[in-house]
Amino acid sequence: MRRVVVPVHGAEVAPRFDLAAEVWIGLQGPDGSFVEERTVVLPQASAETLCHLILSEGAHVLVCGGIEQEYFDYLVWKKVTVYDGVIATVAAVKKALEEGTLTSGAILMERHIEG
Amino acid sequence: MASARRALISGLFPRPVECAAVFNDLPNAVVFLSFDRRVLYLNRAAEVLTGLSREDAQGLPCRHVVRSSVCATQCPLDDLSRDSGPVCRQADVINRDRQRVPVRLCSVMLRDVRGAVVGFMEVLEDLRSLDDLETRKGQAYQFGRIVGRSPAMERLFAILPGIAQTDSSVLITGETGTGKDLLAEAIHQLSARAKGPFVKVNCGALPETLLESELFGHQKGAFTGATENKPGRFRLAHNGTLFLTEIGDLPLPLQVKLLTFLDDHVIYPLGSTKGIRVDVRVIAATHRDLQAMVRDGKFRQDLLYRLNVVRVHIPPLRERGEDIRLLLDHFLAAFVSDFHKHIKGFSKDALKCLLEYPYPGNVRELKNIVEYAVNVCQEETIQIHHLPSYMTEVPVKIVAPPPESREAGGEEAVSEAPVVEEEKGGGWTSLERRLIVEALVRAKGRRGRAAQILGWGRSTLWRKMKQHGLLERDENGSSRGES
Repeated sequence: MRRVVVPVHGAEVAPRFDLAAEVWIGLQGPDGSFVEERTVVLPQASAETLCHLILSEGAHVLVCGGIEQEYFDYLVWKKVTVYDGVIATVAAVKKALEEGTLTSGAILMERHIEG
Repeated sequence: MASARRALISGLFPRPVECAAVFNDLPNAVVFLSFDRRVLYLNRAAEVLTGLSREDAQGLPCRHVVRSSVCATQCPLDDLSRDSGPVCRQADVINRDRQRVPVRLCSVMLRDVRGAVVGFMEVLEDLRSLDDLETRKGQAYQFGRIVGRSPAMERLFAILPGIAQTDSSVLITGETGTGKDLLAEAIHQLSARAKGPFVKVNCGALPETLLESELFGHQKGAFTGATENKPGRFRLAHNGTLFLTEIGDLPLPLQVKLLTFLDDHVIYPLGSTKGIRVDVRVIAATHRDLQAMVRDGKFRQDLLYRLNVVRVHIPPLRERGEDIRLLLDHFLAAFVSDFHKHIKGFSKDALKCLLEYPYPGNVRELKNIVEYAVNVCQEETIQIHHLPSYMTEVPVKIVAPPPESREAGGEEAVSEAPVVEEEKGGGWTSLERRLIVEALVRAKGRRGRAAQILGWGRSTLWRKMKQHGLLERDENGSSRGES
């Protein structure tokens, strides 16, 4: 079992870790599927609050958008696996995690190109 | 203008030109967005800033590519409207290298030939180099170009950075020559609007009719001679700061218009019924006592309350004690360098005279005195005779001008000469007699020394003593020297 935390903005991964006011938390079973999930609304957007929440939840994995180096290093030091720079919906992240294909910098969002 | 795969600019040159050829060498990051705010194109600087290549970014929502601090809650595109100009924000972005980069973000609405909105352009200026510069620039005893280390100025310097960071209106008061203009500029430079325009308007310099058009602009045909549209200073200051100096000289009808603007940030150009929203911070300055003007009915009380959100008073130089020496050295070093002179400092006498002088024209007068002395001095040290003659010729009592005494001539009006306190019922003759007596008392009766104090020759002093009946009876007919 591993606990996954994704700072979100609506249905998408929040573009910035420090500005996310909501967090999606999922528990991934041994077969890779998610057995439990919930959303937590934070009192205010703050990188420190988020770090505290990740550690207090005992999260194993963080999936986020842009994150500053110091928070990235801190969480890695705390043995959290961080997939940063991810541009995706939460659904796409779940799917990629279940399939074991998620990487840092992954762009899993549908593109709309005019012209 | 742009195709998705190979962005082209067509219609401008005889043949279509690639966007890359135009935008790639620009120092600022440029991002073109579609109407639904997805990335169409980004130049090389934008690729470097965000860490995403053009191919990676194309078609994605801009908030995931730019990742600025204003994207989620204060998206500048939300504030763009048909009549607004570009919207600029100070923000930061977090790039793929996990660096937080301070930027100035300007957004513009793009329209087709029929005026329909087709998309947006965002320009991001990397402010990292400027931030470094600001840190280096932060010298001791300085705020912007204002120098001082007296407790009064230290108190002022302590609150100014906080004031600069807000968007509140500021009212700067202080005597002429204290540096109100410099302070306004320093506040602008330290604010988030620093990269925007700083527009200064002297409310006392123009007649009422011209001032209205100057401030708020006019429509073509609004009055005789209005042959074309004029934007006005408020629109020119969009995304920046408008500095209204000599606000006390603003005519009453314009005070109402300014009040309306401060309420809703919409201006109505002369001859136009349509309001234009502008994003401008107002800083006002005056040497007048606005409260007294309100009592006299010359200034609107409600406007005073609007402007008086943050009030900053610059003390006159005579209340700044040790700053006089600091400013003397500061301006001496500056002028010596500018005029390529080899002056090392002030002589004891000159320094004593400079420190005792009351400077009714404040810092501006002190600066002019040092500039004059540096010009005149051909030696290594500035002597007392290098100072302007009005400082040394007649050691008269000098009083500072009362706040209202200045003519409406704008900030640039310099107090050229000290104001001499007139003796009641006297005039120059009685004043001169008193000066002679004072000099003789200071010289303990030695006429040679008294003449020196007065800067006269001994014979001049004798002649004037005779004229004022100050000679002893037996001296009147002779030209006997002093004892």
